[in-house]
Amino acid sequence: MANKIRVATTSLAGCFGCHMSFLDIDERMLQLAEAVEFDRSPITDIEHCTNCDIGLIEGGVCNSENVHVLREFRKNCKTLVAVGACAINGGLPAMRNFIPLEECLTEAYLDGIGVENPQIPSDPELPLLLDKVRPIHEIVKIDYFLPGCPPSADVFWKFLTDLLEGREPSLPYELVHYD
Amino acid sequence: MSKTFTLDGKPIPFEDGQTIMQAATAAGVYIPHLCHHPEFTPHGSCKLCNVNVNGRNCSACTFPATEGQDVLSETTEINQDRQKITQMLFVEGNHFCPSCEKSGNCQLQGVAYHLNMLDNHFPHFYAERKMDASHPDVMIDHNRCIFCTLCVRASQQADSKDVFAISGRGINKHLIVNSESGQLKDSDIDAGDRAAHICPTGAILIKRTGYTVPIGQRIYDHKQIDQVSLETEHESHG
Repeated sequence: MANKIRVATTSLAGCFGCHMSFLDIDERMLQLAEAVEFDRSPITDIEHCTNCDIGLIEGGVCNSENVHVLREFRKNCKTLVAVGACAINGGLPAMRNFIPLEECLTEAYLDGIGVENPQIPSDPELPLLLDKVRPIHEIVKIDYFLPGCPPSADVFWKFLTDLLEGREPSLPYELVHYD
Repeated sequence: MSKTFTLDGKPIPFEDGQTIMQAATAAGVYIPHLCHHPEFTPHGSCKLCNVNVNGRNCSACTFPATEGQDVLSETTEINQDRQKITQMLFVEGNHFCPSCEKSGNCQLQGVAYHLNMLDNHFPHFYAERKMDASHPDVMIDHNRCIFCTLCVRASQQADSKDVFAISGRGINKHLIVNSESGQLKDSDIDAGDRAAHICPTGAILIKRTGYTVPIGQRIYDHKQIDQVSLETEHESHG
């Protein structure tokens, strides 16, 4: 089918919980697959975005790679969506923002209980950490926000079916949760 | 015949001395608010109850009702202002709902849900705020304080104590505790005090009670704050 809506998804500084919740639409996935084709996504293993209609971003931005991926999504997706608490306000990863980065790394890799062969990872392949975890709207323009930790499967379903059927997406009261 | 003003075109009866908020609540009309509580002297600081009175913006909780006023509350513009104010409260503090034991019972969250706030819009401050877990039964998480002063007023007016105050100005404003060490454990606070239970957010909490009711079964999980507010605050106004 040539005219399928192209959707890309990614998890930045997230836990993949939002993706798991998305999969909780269960058998409705078959219905969605009739109208939608997945581009870059953990579901497809495609590595880079091509032109997409919708980009779903889980997680905030905690390192340099997150910034590059987020910009790639913004460049290639007509509609970019912040999915879940971490994308919207940094979420639990942002709770490290109150501890200096050096202290975080020292505790995790040098001084922490049970650490063997203590050393701070410095392989050039590893993306550099940002000093603070940031929500994605502070880096690129975001078109829609789906709050929740995670947003329920019904939130994904309501949002995507609204978009696919040409309606302005809206969430009724019972679908709006920050927890 | 009682005196009336109009609120969004609807006549609202009032008695002399009542504020717009008191008269509206008595008439069963909700005006969003956070720092207002019917039992305590109005403070007028959160600005969520901002209404337009004869063309001027005023806080409904402090502004006296007078005959023939034309008051607007549920307009798109005013609700957009309210949403922006709520977003500013979220980015000024550190409100991580998934890790907060007040989630679902939090009035800040309830108001945000009511206003259909889906994002925080502004850049986050990630301000460094402390916790005070020194007291055996009551704790303060300053990350979640919105400076509504309800604990200050409740301690003075209901508990006849003077445990809390707001100190500093602007971005340096913070809640302080009246004790020599500045810690809650050395103050007069008691877990039974009104001040320990009045916090609209998760800033002042009673220890070991946070998860008595599971997430998903809490006040604002299923009921909107306008309904809850009118049900619980109506009698006090009556």
